[in-house]
Amino acid sequence: MGRYVARRLIQFIPVILGTLFLLHILTTVTIQVVGDPVRALFGENAPPAEIIQQLQVQYGLDDPCLQQTGNPCFGLFVDRLGQYMQGDFGTNYRGRSVSELFLERVGITLRMQFIALAFEIVVGIFIGVLAGLRKDKFIDNLVRITTSVLIAVPVFVAGSLAVLFIGLKIGLPLRESEWAPEWLGQMFQVGYNPEYPWLSLFLPGIVLGSFSLAAIARLTRTSLIENLRSDYVRTARAKGLTTRRVVAIHTLRNSLIPVVTYIGIDLGLLLGGSLVTEGIFNVPGIGLLTFQAIQSNDTPVILGVVTVLTIVFLISSLLVDLLYAALDPRIRYE
Amino acid sequence: MSDISAASAASTNVDSSGPEGSGSNRTLWGDVRYELFRSPVFWISSVLVFVILLMSFFPWIFASTSPNEAGACELINARVKPTWDKPFGYTAAGCDMWSSLVWGTGKSVNVAILTTIGTVILGVVSGTAAGWFGGLTDTIISRVTDIFFGLPFLLGAIVFLAIFPTRNIWTISLVLILLGWTSLTRVMRGSVLATKQKDFVDAARALGASDLFIIRKHVLSNSIAPVIVLATIGLGSYIGAEATLTFLGVGYQRPTVSWGLLVNEGQNLVFAGFSHLLIYPCAFIVVTVLAFILLGDVLRDALDPRSR
Repeated sequence: MGRYVARRLIQFIPVILGTLFLLHILTTVTIQVVGDPVRALFGENAPPAEIIQQLQVQYGLDDPCLQQTGNPCFGLFVDRLGQYMQGDFGTNYRGRSVSELFLERVGITLRMQFIALAFEIVVGIFIGVLAGLRKDKFIDNLVRITTSVLIAVPVFVAGSLAVLFIGLKIGLPLRESEWAPEWLGQMFQVGYNPEYPWLSLFLPGIVLGSFSLAAIARLTRTSLIENLRSDYVRTARAKGLTTRRVVAIHTLRNSLIPVVTYIGIDLGLLLGGSLVTEGIFNVPGIGLLTFQAIQSNDTPVILGVVTVLTIVFLISSLLVDLLYAALDPRIRYE
Repeated sequence: MSDISAASAASTNVDSSGPEGSGSNRTLWGDVRYELFRSPVFWISSVLVFVILLMSFFPWIFASTSPNEAGACELINARVKPTWDKPFGYTAAGCDMWSSLVWGTGKSVNVAILTTIGTVILGVVSGTAAGWFGGLTDTIISRVTDIFFGLPFLLGAIVFLAIFPTRNIWTISLVLILLGWTSLTRVMRGSVLATKQKDFVDAARALGASDLFIIRKHVLSNSIAPVIVLATIGLGSYIGAEATLTFLGVGYQRPTVSWGLLVNEGQNLVFAGFSHLLIYPCAFIVVTVLAFILLGDVLRDALDPRSR
């Protein structure tokens, strides 16, 4: 285990540097080809050159290599890495630092991600096991059809429809009615309510997790079906173990390995999806910060937030990988 | 004598048309065709895909006037709700909803087709190179794919598209290709690694065939199947991705007619009671994505003998 962890940690360094460099080189080349975002901000009524110059200095866009098309700007990359190490991810167009904005809002986004993850893991595995144990029966077909449809619904469509059908048609009458308890109405809230920091994130969390719920259910189903046919399951049955023990202890543990891998990938999907759900449900988290930055063309914020989120994503997939090795001995001794 | 040869000729004919029957000497692709033709999901999804492609390339068959033509939209009609004459109603700008949806199909589908072509070319070339040549080539390509995987898809796309001052079909497809090719590379690499160990590859090499000849004649055709499945599903998910980016404001921009923009408008007006503005574009997106994903699923079932 120790050797595996060490090797995985050493591999992590080039990947994180490489990904940050990829982000750097693609933005640099784009700026070199299409021109500077500060100029694009003003359009035709450009202010005097000194003001543009000053803004460029402020956002770190004054480096001369940004004018030389094809120059990879290694110097700028090293400078930026140094800034990232000190927690400096740039400032927005109003002069507030991105890391400050980020820390203010990260709690809400983390809560929503937690709800989404818990929902998709618990419900997804449950549905997958149900379908896998009754292959080709009614429940299995039902699960297969609903998961296909769920996978085909992009998060922004799911969110918009949930606001309309659940938030307005179910939640609003509940909140206005006399009989329903307050918490029930808050669970189907169309926006964030700071008085109910968990309950009012319930609906956006579920919308965010719906796509991955379908993926997890399908993965669990296929790998359970495959494992139920294997020799060790037959041996366990021949020994006279109960079905419950064979499924829950012997088969399920092995079937969940692909699910754990998927959750590692899924963290990236959830980060992207939280941008959409927070925009739709007006949840004042990191997603909404990015959403508003896109609307107001605030490029430094977008770049800063995406950089932080990429680092968060890489670290959490590293953790998932380590967990994965604890679950599956075959990976440790590879 | 002639009778016998005719009979044997006839019998070989029967054999070669084997895929339609239930003979045991079908080829792989004959088997796949047999599996597909039996499946109702295959027929439903391919008819849907056919209609969607027809809509995107020949929209005038379904709706005669483009909503971008002069005089096609009247502000007086803005947000008019569906009636019996016009079951789809009008958009927020007063255009006919049905023709906006039909003319918007091509915008999403073209991006998805371009992206799929680009990712398949990049993925197949790099995946084959990594799987076939191994060693240093493999290490470099695999590490590069690792790096691209480190960037969450939607977040990466937003950063690059936000810097572009103009976004059109080419820039959107370019960004999607850049971020999407790596999954195909991984699948192709694994598939080539499996094919490489087959006896017919050794046989071809023993006969003196060159690397390129073996790749072209034997390896590609025997390892392309998972790529076809993934590319079909990819077509659907890129349609969804384009609509998401447009919805967020980094995809197509007005006055282009596109589904993402229609959902965006509908989302703002749904609280005012104009639910048709939201429901129709959402239905079009979901049905289109679903059609491609179902087609990919059926193909996967037919191509993967383990699932039978």
